[in-house]
Amino acid sequence: MNQRASTALMAPALAWLTALMVVPCLLILALAFFRRGLYGGIEYTFTLENLALVFDPLYAGIFLNSARVAGTAAIIACVIGYAAAYAIAAMPRRHQPMLLFFAVLPFWSNYLIRTYAWIVLLNREGLIVQGARWIGIEGELPPLLYTQGTVIVGLVYSYLPFVILACYAPLSRLNPEIAEASFDLGASSWTTFRRVTLPMTLPGIAVGAVFVFVLSIGNFVTPALLGGGQFQMIGNTIYAQFLTANDWPFGAALSMVLIAIMMGLLFLQTLAVERGSGGRVRDA
Amino acid sequence: MRPLLEVQGIEKRFGTVTAVDGVSLDVAENEFFALLGASGSGKTTLLRMLAGFEDPSGGRVLLDGADITKVPPNHRPVNLMFQSYALFPHMTVRANISYGLEMERLPKAEIARRVDEMLGVIQLEGLAHRKPDQLSGGQKQRVALARALVKRPRLLLLDEPLGALDKKLRSAMQLELKRLQHEVGITFIVVTHDQEEALVMADRIAILKDGKLLQCGTPREVYERPIDRYAADFIGVMNFFEGYPQDGALQVKGATFTSTDPMPQGAAAGAVAAVRPERIRLGRGENTLAGTVRAMAYHGLDLQLHVDTAAGPVTLRLTADVAEAQPLHPGDPVTLGWSARDTRLFPA
Repeated sequence: MNQRASTALMAPALAWLTALMVVPCLLILALAFFRRGLYGGIEYTFTLENLALVFDPLYAGIFLNSARVAGTAAIIACVIGYAAAYAIAAMPRRHQPMLLFFAVLPFWSNYLIRTYAWIVLLNREGLIVQGARWIGIEGELPPLLYTQGTVIVGLVYSYLPFVILACYAPLSRLNPEIAEASFDLGASSWTTFRRVTLPMTLPGIAVGAVFVFVLSIGNFVTPALLGGGQFQMIGNTIYAQFLTANDWPFGAALSMVLIAIMMGLLFLQTLAVERGSGGRVRDA
Repeated sequence: MRPLLEVQGIEKRFGTVTAVDGVSLDVAENEFFALLGASGSGKTTLLRMLAGFEDPSGGRVLLDGADITKVPPNHRPVNLMFQSYALFPHMTVRANISYGLEMERLPKAEIARRVDEMLGVIQLEGLAHRKPDQLSGGQKQRVALARALVKRPRLLLLDEPLGALDKKLRSAMQLELKRLQHEVGITFIVVTHDQEEALVMADRIAILKDGKLLQCGTPREVYERPIDRYAADFIGVMNFFEGYPQDGALQVKGATFTSTDPMPQGAAAGAVAAVRPERIRLGRGENTLAGTVRAMAYHGLDLQLHVDTAAGPVTLRLTADVAEAQPLHPGDPVTLGWSARDTRLFPA
């Protein structure tokens, strides 16, 4: 295909993304450099105060805590998701599409409904508490809802399908003879996994981890519903700045830093995927 | 002396399919042994059982007299060179080769010494820091070989070791493999579907058919004395003439052939006479056929002649000097002859 033809084919997508996403985003981000008006409007005088405020210990702390929550969710999701993907890839080939379908199924249902379903499960009179009472556990149970742990569990649950898919791709393409070669050369199953299978499928884990982290750190629905406003994540803070405090310039400044973090991670992810190719069965 | 490897009535069934059906064979120390068969003959399954990747459904494998039938691959003094080479793509050539020695927990200095030595043997010293992706097919093949050889196994199994190489490289590597085997003094078992490769490289050849061992012998034995029509057809080129016995000879269409072979049992219902193309000469012989030249194929070293006769099409090879002394053209009448000694008889 010549260059003109590919430019022509790309044009609609580029125009669409530029007009409807890049431009509005840049406009919002530009607000970060202006002052907040007295009654919530915007006063068009240049300032770096908003960006400076992001690095105030209060907000930097929210960033760090969000990163910790998102990082924990990413690690847990990768461990669970990799194990699931490994098991699926080890199944007979004809069963694999169906298993993947089931793994991804929750993802196709409404995010809000899924998250509300957790509240039904976890609240003070929820199914788990009732179940515990039924099998005879008495006394005060630790709170299941509105804790940081609950938010992490909710995030892992939401983004697990991403990780399963991301890890399944390289695992399913591994030439089984490579692991056999390791076994043949005297390695145990564990050594084979640690030195051969895992390094060869690391790009998949990196993709999955970055997805979970990026989607979690900016998430505001799960912390709001499952965290119950008990603690703030950066997504909630941005949400509050735009919709409650009516401080668009500061909300824009927070968003700008968040987007920068995400872009950096996605860039690193792309690098990792680029480097970690090879070792698959070549298409005949 | 006890053979290094004894395979005793080994079997492998996958569901209702019997891939390997009661194969027994012995392989001596330092032997270059070839398992030859068409695809589906069970040769790769047999090799994988020797490596420990498939559990035999029956029978035993003895190595140095010890039963290793149930020993997992990582505890067998046997290494396998995979058809796909199965090099570790994320490791350098050096790391690939030292992997097996690291598993033996040898001292670092010894690993380095043995890897260096092996890099010298395969003549890839300069490429030790390359990744497999940056190697040619022939280089990958040598790394795969080095990775298995460096462990100094009692037995090295090679699954179609030259299958992925182009023709020219393949014939060079056939001799190279044989030289290496001689140099390292390790017993090789090679699986191949290429009969020419087996003839060139192996000390002994086992021909497998439908999971069974058909014939086992030196290249000369299996080439000159094939056990049946299938073996004769599978190894090299063979001319066959179907007929019926009469007075100790075989009556075929338009001719009678004599053979030093005894008439096979049950030959009354029909038998087959067979002769190799290179055993047929121009002119009369103990067995003679008249025919017409149909086509000729120039092969450089020799000329392949296709002749139509009353007994059917015949292929023969004339060396270049014979062909030049007596120029032939399609349509020319020719007389073909060969001796009774070169005539094999098989049941139909």
